[in-house]
Amino acid sequence: MRYSLLSLISNALSHHEKWQPAWREPDPRPEYDVVIVGGGGHGLSTAYYLAKEHGITNVAVLEKSWLGSGNVGRNTTIIRSNYMLPGNEPFYEWSMKLWEGLEKDFNFNAMVSQRGVLNLYHTDPQRDAFARRGNAMCIHGVDGELLDREEVRNMVPFLDFDNARFPIRGAILQRRGGTVRHDAVAWGYARGADSRGVDIIQNCEVKGIRIEAGRVKGVETSRGFIKCRKLGLAAAGNSSEVARMAGMKLPLESHVLQAFVSEGIKPFIDQVVTFGAGHFYVSQSDKGGLVFGGDLDGYNSYARRGNLPMVEHVVEAGVAMIPGISRLRLLRSWGGIMDMSMDGSPIIDKTPIEGLYLNCGWCYGGFKATPASGWCFAHTIARDELHRFNSAYRLDRFRRGYMIDEKGQGATPNLH
Amino acid sequence: MRIRCPYCGERPSEEYTYLGDARPNRPQTSDPSALDGWFDYVYLRENPKGKMLEYWHHSGGCRSWLVAERNTETHEVLSTVSARDFAKGQRA
Repeated sequence: MRYSLLSLISNALSHHEKWQPAWREPDPRPEYDVVIVGGGGHGLSTAYYLAKEHGITNVAVLEKSWLGSGNVGRNTTIIRSNYMLPGNEPFYEWSMKLWEGLEKDFNFNAMVSQRGVLNLYHTDPQRDAFARRGNAMCIHGVDGELLDREEVRNMVPFLDFDNARFPIRGAILQRRGGTVRHDAVAWGYARGADSRGVDIIQNCEVKGIRIEAGRVKGVETSRGFIKCRKLGLAAAGNSSEVARMAGMKLPLESHVLQAFVSEGIKPFIDQVVTFGAGHFYVSQSDKGGLVFGGDLDGYNSYARRGNLPMVEHVVEAGVAMIPGISRLRLLRSWGGIMDMSMDGSPIIDKTPIEGLYLNCGWCYGGFKATPASGWCFAHTIARDELHRFNSAYRLDRFRRGYMIDEKGQGATPNLH
Repeated sequence: MRIRCPYCGERPSEEYTYLGDARPNRPQTSDPSALDGWFDYVYLRENPKGKMLEYWHHSGGCRSWLVAERNTETHEVLSTVSARDFAKGQRA
């Protein structure tokens, strides 16, 4: 059923008792054209675009837990396309364009809110670096504005502008950036893919990958063997474990990243604001809670929970930026497992194994990339070639020396 | 998470700095024929779910390097040894 004002009214008249489930719960069939491992944002969007853009509908998405139980439900919901490097910026801008048309496209309210993303700067060199980044964005046709201190003060007057150590000198603003209701992204893509014939199979864990003569034949799962012609891996934090089943060793480390939400307060922060003197990013949800996060804990982890020192560190950065939140109570915190790559940029590529495709290395920028990641991965799987938007995201770039290191940190996954 | 330093005893994790996997071995030569070894050493990681050997630096304490065996699924630190003793064990 198509969601519309009419469907809302007719269901309201029947006391909302006749809504149908948004997707089926099919049993796995013995064979598919394409199997996607990972029922998160990227896996579901890949299946959606395979069906919608390429007409490939004999597809299964295998999820070991429930749909959207990983990072698509564990992030701080920020979208932006304020990158600098040529390998990154066209991809993230394509993602932003897809976000802008997404709700109409998949007929689901994902609450895309282009409320603006402000990155604060505190020193002259930081301003110069932001000016350079903004210029790079403008060259790629993306909106980027450099604001001075007073312009920032007009937008967010409650920041600690005269902090003795980190006075705020200004910010770079992307007005088209903002936030999205993250779970709804998973649900919208799932519903859109399902209605086009894709089987979304939850509680189905991949246990092995069958390869014969250098070609993918299928996957061993907790619900039996499933044959497939093409296999796409979109397992995020578990990518190394899944790729190991195909005999591959990846340039990835899995790290835990914590995120937090405060008790609900009246409307306070209209934009997404990030601290430039520490790692802290915050926005306010429609329920009133401040949603924020900071650095990785810093050690390899698959635990989906972090330790208290990082909680303290993030909250300290937050209070340094906005002293007014010092008496807010923390409502919840959680952790997600990030597939941290060696240069801080993702991989969407074919692999040396025929019929096996890889989508990983999202570090903690995966949510904003969800539409373009699925779109490019679908293109790569359907046509067996890379699209120009993901042409830099190759698996062999580390060996060939074509790193896309936005922060210039080198091969240190926990610092990206 | 608390980590036992061989010199200072059990200390909170915030006293330590993490380096990472202690398994990759640096190739002995910079000869171009060792390219595969270098690529493996610099970029590729086993990234195991479960037990892992890793370098930690007691930067907020005695400043010695140590190797901890830790479970990445539970954060349980199973054992620690000084990096010196670890390297001796590797050579043996």
